[in-house]
Amino acid sequence: MHLGMLLEMAADGMADRVALGPLASGLTFAELASRARRLGAALEARPGERVGLIDLNSPAVPLTLFGSAIAGKPFVPINYRLADPQLRAIVARTAPATIIVGEGVVERVGPVDGVEFLSRAEALALAEDPEGKEKDGWGGDADEIAVLLFTSGTTGEPKAAVLRHSNLTEYIISTVEFAGSAEDEAAIVSVPPYHIAGISAVLSSTYSGRRVVQLEAFDPVAWVHIVRQESITHAMVVPTMLGRILDIVEKDGKGLPSLRSLSYGGGPMPLPVIERAVGLLPNVGFVNAYGLTETSSTIAVLGPDDHQAAFASDDPAVRARLASVGKPLPTLEVSIRDAAGVEVPTGERGEISVRGGQVSGEYLGRGTTLDSDGWFPTRDEGHLDEAGYLFVHGRLDDVIVRGGENLSPGEIEAVLLEHPSVLEAAVVGIPNKEWGEQVVAAVVTSGGVTEEDLKAHVRSRLRSSRTPDHIQFREELPFNESGKLLRRVLRTELSEAFT
Amino acid sequence: MSLVTKPGTRYRSAVDQTEIIVVKPAKGPIDLRCGGHPVVAIGTEAPTGLTLDPAFSAGTPLGKRFADTDTGLELLCTKGGTGSLSIGEVILAQKDAKPLPSSD
Repeated sequence: MHLGMLLEMAADGMADRVALGPLASGLTFAELASRARRLGAALEARPGERVGLIDLNSPAVPLTLFGSAIAGKPFVPINYRLADPQLRAIVARTAPATIIVGEGVVERVGPVDGVEFLSRAEALALAEDPEGKEKDGWGGDADEIAVLLFTSGTTGEPKAAVLRHSNLTEYIISTVEFAGSAEDEAAIVSVPPYHIAGISAVLSSTYSGRRVVQLEAFDPVAWVHIVRQESITHAMVVPTMLGRILDIVEKDGKGLPSLRSLSYGGGPMPLPVIERAVGLLPNVGFVNAYGLTETSSTIAVLGPDDHQAAFASDDPAVRARLASVGKPLPTLEVSIRDAAGVEVPTGERGEISVRGGQVSGEYLGRGTTLDSDGWFPTRDEGHLDEAGYLFVHGRLDDVIVRGGENLSPGEIEAVLLEHPSVLEAAVVGIPNKEWGEQVVAAVVTSGGVTEEDLKAHVRSRLRSSRTPDHIQFREELPFNESGKLLRRVLRTELSEAFT
Repeated sequence: MSLVTKPGTRYRSAVDQTEIIVVKPAKGPIDLRCGGHPVVAIGTEAPTGLTLDPAFSAGTPLGKRFADTDTGLELLCTKGGTGSLSIGEVILAQKDAKPLPSSD
């Protein structure tokens, strides 16, 4: 299936529903579709094989996503927060292309061979122009590339993940019921357009018929304001966003009365934060989603019922599921494997591998990383429990090898976060002559706790080899704007501090 | 007339507005019909002079899925119509939606 068909179906079946913006003045699905087809006609006629976007959230994001699909060109949303030289390098790799840009981007990037810039205002004008011709049809081949997403590159040169129309539409039609949203539902989108969650938010909302209200970029005050003003019912946040939202809600005591569903993902959520969220937002159903760019977003979900069951249970195994990412989607397979690629017994840790139609596992210019049976090795470490709940322990590349013993930073971080004074925690391995690597931690605390207290806390719950040799107290940890810990940055800083 | 279905292949009814896409293919060739007459691949001409068979006119709603347990076939309706989908004379059952919690 093709992305254009998702929009065609929405425009056919829900023409007069508001798709984008405020209820009183937003664009309907019919208007969104006709504007996307006008922009599609214009983009098809413009130079370049791809359509880039370097901008904040605006109506240009869904219009360009669908417009590029209709034009038959891959959509390439690029991280506007990159430093100028990195941004220029990514733009050069996107050429030949037309790139839609927000304010100040052209000045930052400068001229690049094979790239034509189009301002957001120009793109929106092309989409709105009543004289503009609408491209015939809704786009073609499901095997063509729909979206190229540059990975965040926290561990090296960014790779361009390839998502084909078939990957994204498989994910949507298998997880979302067409027109399944009630007429009063609305989602706030505050994740950036270059994140897979930004892409899947547009597609899921379109197919389910849910109105979208965009925030140009995440800001906790604006987020809370929009949720209240626009009677937002659904939202997706990354862990760092949630804590900041809760601070505001707790302070003003007004709650978020319209909100029904809050999904979180994009990184491990500290248990105390989710416990606090459940306390402050008692009427909200919480959803923990786990997925990767290479898997077209979500591959496992811990739903509201699972959250409630875990909170209500005295059984440690059931309660522990709050720290899981739930069960894999029924339309795909998950297998936990050892280093030799052999499936491990239930309960044992290994590499999370996944197979299914939504899984791409392909990078531009590097080909596929799927094995001969179609499995994608995620490089994430995890295990499945007896009931089939998936637990994610972090990146395999982050595993600390101390004196021949493999230690998972996620396990030690989770224990640190259980301490009432610890707000954020990160554990990395740094080089050590005696052990190969030693365990060091960085924490943000609310005060009143010493390094010895925290070491004793970890030692009482885990083996002594897992107790950090050093703990650094900091004002903040280095996260990227998607809530992903910049481990490489932290490792460098801690190596300098402790060796 | 029998068809070998492939995922992603699109068909339309020869007698009404219904359009479908194959989500999961059938195990073998099937006689896939809509409104009582064999479906045609999108982009090909439908035979003329056919009319909707009243026995197959309950309708195919947009966005609904249809499945056949015997053959494993699964279809998604991409354009609603007045005809009903069937394999031969056996009407295809609409698949119950099991929506997942919204995660994005």
